[in-house]
Amino acid sequence: MASGREIKTKIKSTQNMRKVTRALEMVSASKIRKAQDLMKASRPYARAMRKVIAHVAQASTEFNHPFLVERKEIARVGYVVVTTDRGLCGGLNSNLFRRLLPAIREWQDKGVQVDVVAIGQKAVQFFRRINGVNLIGSTSHLGDRPKVEQLIGVIKVVLDSFSEGKLDRVFLAYNDFVNTMTQKPTVDALLPLPAVAAELEAQHIPGVELEQSHDWDYIYEPDPASVLEHVLARYIESVVYQSVLENLASEHAARMVAMKSASDNATKVISELTLSYNKARQAAITQEISEIVGGAAAV
Amino acid sequence: MTTIRCDIVSAEAEIFHGEAVMVVATGELGELGITPRHAPLITRLKPGHVDVVLEGGERQQFYISGGILEVQPQVVTVLADTAVRAADLDEAAAQRAKKEAEDALANRTDAMEVSEAQTKLAQALAQLQALERLRKNLKH
Repeated sequence: MASGREIKTKIKSTQNMRKVTRALEMVSASKIRKAQDLMKASRPYARAMRKVIAHVAQASTEFNHPFLVERKEIARVGYVVVTTDRGLCGGLNSNLFRRLLPAIREWQDKGVQVDVVAIGQKAVQFFRRINGVNLIGSTSHLGDRPKVEQLIGVIKVVLDSFSEGKLDRVFLAYNDFVNTMTQKPTVDALLPLPAVAAELEAQHIPGVELEQSHDWDYIYEPDPASVLEHVLARYIESVVYQSVLENLASEHAARMVAMKSASDNATKVISELTLSYNKARQAAITQEISEIVGGAAAV
Repeated sequence: MTTIRCDIVSAEAEIFHGEAVMVVATGELGELGITPRHAPLITRLKPGHVDVVLEGGERQQFYISGGILEVQPQVVTVLADTAVRAADLDEAAAQRAKKEAEDALANRTDAMEVSEAQTKLAQALAQLQALERLRKNLKH
């Protein structure tokens, strides 16, 4: 059996560890509220944006923007992967990668190249190790209040590659925040948009009755091409931004849960160690007594 | 008096929501005054102010750094940008994102891993020191 001193140092270090996990748990618990507020604050924009996109899809425009056209031949696909910067958040990132990797391998088996844009340090680290995947852009350390400006760069990389025909399809992977206990690894189609637009068109958006039942089109200022380009780019930005916020809330929720179970485990370990410490101490005392008694008997 | 619904939103917050008599904004081709039952219109906005004239004649002014204006006969939507945007600025941001990816690929030992190793080293040193101290105490 380990000596009393050894067990005591083990108890001490476990207690220190528990202090750290407790602190992390509480930090995440307070940050999760902020992250949820951010998610809520960005919702009106996303809603208005979807509305506009739905209208655009309904308008009978002659002009067809490349973002709206499904391509027949797929030579290269892109993934925008949103992860956390830091670890200690349970299986959040690895669940997403586990979801993503088979899909990527499937594309590769079909002879399709895969490009990745990484948002978050963990994605950067992961895709650096993966063979055959091309990292074309990355950003990380977005902080607790991510700004749209921080994402402009990576989104432009994707949009440019798509317009130039380097990418034929783009997906967005992130952790969807369902509630504090559940975060769902999600992979959504991002580009091209016809599927998205069709889905939006089917939805009835309450409170917005379109006046015209006949064919109508917008007055575009200055011209359809540049306005649509702008609107669609902003739409993609808003979708990616929203997913970053979802992922942020997921990160804090996952970390809170992981740290809570770590603290609970530490408590359990401490009580077990305390028990064996007391046993060891008692054994030492008993031995000492029996030695004294034995010694006295010998005299 | 007829009114038109007006929503002004940015990606990070809802700015205005309500009924208006007229909405004035700076479009790319000039100032636009939108009154109820305007024809559908979509345009980019220049950085500048958006004026909302409310029913009593009261004016509310908002400053936006560019965005999109969408007009339907009964609703005006302003999608405001949160920052001043320009093609060359966006281009610079894209270059940065690309460079960051290249850097990540180039140095396989990036800052993150170095800092990780450093914390481990510090921990090991602390443990060694603790052991030393223990040994000294035992000798006494």
